[in-house]
Amino acid sequence: MTKFTYADAVRQAISEEMERDPDVLLIGEDVGEPGGVFGVTKGLWDRFGADRLWDTPISEEAIVGAAVGAALVGARPIAEIMFGDFVTLAMDMIVNQAAKTHYMTGGRLSAPMVVRMVTGTSGSTAAQHSQSLESWFVNVPGLKVVAPSAAEDAKGLLKQAIRDPDPVIFFEHKQLYGGRGGPAGDVVEVEPIPFGEGRLHREGTDVTIVSYLKTREHASTAAETLAAEGIECEVFDPRTLVPFDHEGLRRSLAKTGRLLIAHEAPVRGGFGAEIAAWAAEECHDLLRAPVARVGNLNTPVPYAPVLENHTLPGPDRIAATVRRMLDKKGND
Amino acid sequence: MTETTREEALDLLGRMVLIRRFEEKAARQRAAGLIPGFLHPYIGQEAVATGVCASLGPDDVLTSTHRGHGHMLARGADPARMYAELFGRTTGYNKGKGGSLHMIDVELGFLGANGIVAGGIPLATGAALQFKRRSSDALAVTFFGDGASNEGAFHESLNLAALWDLPVLFVCENNLYGEFTRQDRHQRITDVADRAASYGMTGVVVDGNDVAAVRDVTAEAARRARAGEGPTLIEAKTYRHRGHFEGDMAKYRPKDEVAHWKGRDPIDLLAAKLTGDLGASEADVASVRADVDKRLDEAIAWAAEQPHPVPEDALDHVYVDSLGGAALR
Ligand SMILES: Cc1ncc(C[n+]2csc(CCOP(=O)(O)OP(=O)(O)O)c2C)c(N)n1
Ligand SMILES: [Mg+2]
Repeated sequence: MTKFTYADAVRQAISEEMERDPDVLLIGEDVGEPGGVFGVTKGLWDRFGADRLWDTPISEEAIVGAAVGAALVGARPIAEIMFGDFVTLAMDMIVNQAAKTHYMTGGRLSAPMVVRMVTGTSGSTAAQHSQSLESWFVNVPGLKVVAPSAAEDAKGLLKQAIRDPDPVIFFEHKQLYGGRGGPAGDVVEVEPIPFGEGRLHREGTDVTIVSYLKTREHASTAAETLAAEGIECEVFDPRTLVPFDHEGLRRSLAKTGRLLIAHEAPVRGGFGAEIAAWAAEECHDLLRAPVARVGNLNTPVPYAPVLENHTLPGPDRIAATVRRMLDKKGND
Repeated sequence: MTETTREEALDLLGRMVLIRRFEEKAARQRAAGLIPGFLHPYIGQEAVATGVCASLGPDDVLTSTHRGHGHMLARGADPARMYAELFGRTTGYNKGKGGSLHMIDVELGFLGANGIVAGGIPLATGAALQFKRRSSDALAVTFFGDGASNEGAFHESLNLAALWDLPVLFVCENNLYGEFTRQDRHQRITDVADRAASYGMTGVVVDGNDVAAVRDVTAEAARRARAGEGPTLIEAKTYRHRGHFEGDMAKYRPKDEVAHWKGRDPIDLLAAKLTGDLGASEADVASVRADVDKRLDEAIAWAAEQPHPVPEDALDHVYVDSLGGAALR
């Protein structure tokens, strides 16, 4: 049986892109010789060495800044932020420099680069190592935002991100990596996946659940539970938040007429708000129930499992919300 | 110290006068309403940009600051396209999308002014990283102020550049003020160059109003950088004659301090050397000034005729080519 984890996917994407293009670099803390704190880049050092993998001091702004600067003169850098929470220290380089280079220079310069970061909880990682910050980047024109939930998507989308001419923020969920420190899995061939194409993980007729990263797995679990009750959910993974597959979602809503967005980030101001607003503006005619959102209950991520489970969404909350949506059904 | 020939000195003078007069005329255009945004005049600091750029090669790249017109002109940028950009026209350097704070000239390796204090420092460091790994002979230069030397970006970048022996020159223009705050109220030290030591880097102080001295210090730092001997922090002591931005009356500066520095005007110092030791005539110097004025007046006339963007242009260039590069929903 093939063993191919999400961590394998990320590693293989970087490796294959490094093989293809000598200007692909990886810059970050403990990414090279140590192989990354999650073991994701293990083995790359032996293959590509110090010219391609740059183990940096603990300097997030300089890491991302160096990536931007190198990109301006021809490199294809991947900057790694060890935990996404630490991207706060590099925001200027992402938001004021990389994202705006192309625009503010009237299209004369650009910063083709990827910022990879680990996101979400892996269980009791608490408030400063568990956040889901994707909506911050969605709100910055000039950035593309990628959030894969499946291993093959992670591989194809990361290859695309590295080749993409624009700065790309690439989220990897800790819980998806699939076991730390185990032997590398099998190589699975995956072509680059174009941005802006969602993926249906399950077809259904009653409710469309839009979800990504780890929460997409929760949505799939919830959908199986609900299927046993006779409720058929469609699970739509946009895979990229910017650009977003509006047409794919519209097709799904045409079937179901109901929309639930589920993510690990806080509900307030989260990506779900954007999708809900879009649906209200553009798909009003297709909707037969109010849009619903599931996410973190607008708290910092707590430590104790009982607290964390209460604030972060899981299959149960998604399933319960779907049931409520159908109880309050409109003209069904 | 290398000898400066009369011809060389006249060329340096021409560049410095170009910067000075560019800024003076820009201020007038702003007062006349042609320039809608910020201007941070470089007047008084011309010898730094001119001296540094005189020691660079064609493949080198530069990052700059909010006070960037001087750096760009010293590198050889076209003042007409610069004025067009300041006027917000489509033929400006950034097609009217950047203005003073974001101006670039990719062909000259001028990677941009920057609206973020210290924002250009990590970028130059990254460019130098790519040059090093590509075994290129090019180096990166980043200009910034005394105020910027208190930003984390400065410290992180110097550490990284020193650690990896990157070919980058950190050029601190210490004009004694960060905005309205005098240096002794924003840092304990007097010489920013002292900070180099804590990163294991060479730091040098140079008279930033002496263009030949700046040129020579830069040449040596560039030689070392290209030879793989690592980066240098160059601190050029200088002064801005005007306020922080056009319109700032700079009341926070003592009159005698301003008078002292105006008495060491870098252009006057060079002109005096020309008509003194170097044996140039007053007429030689006057003709440099006249040529600059003529060139700039033509540049302004051209820029003022350039087309304005249409409103929809605002939606272009958000992305490189996906979906036509336009803004994404
Ligand atoms: C990160 C950041 N903080 C504050 C400002 C506002 N600001 C613009 S210029 C400036 C002073 C910079 O001083 P210095 O680095 O000495 O450069 P100078 O203006 O003297 O050339 C400040 C505070 C800014 N643009 N960016
Ligand atoms: Mg200053």
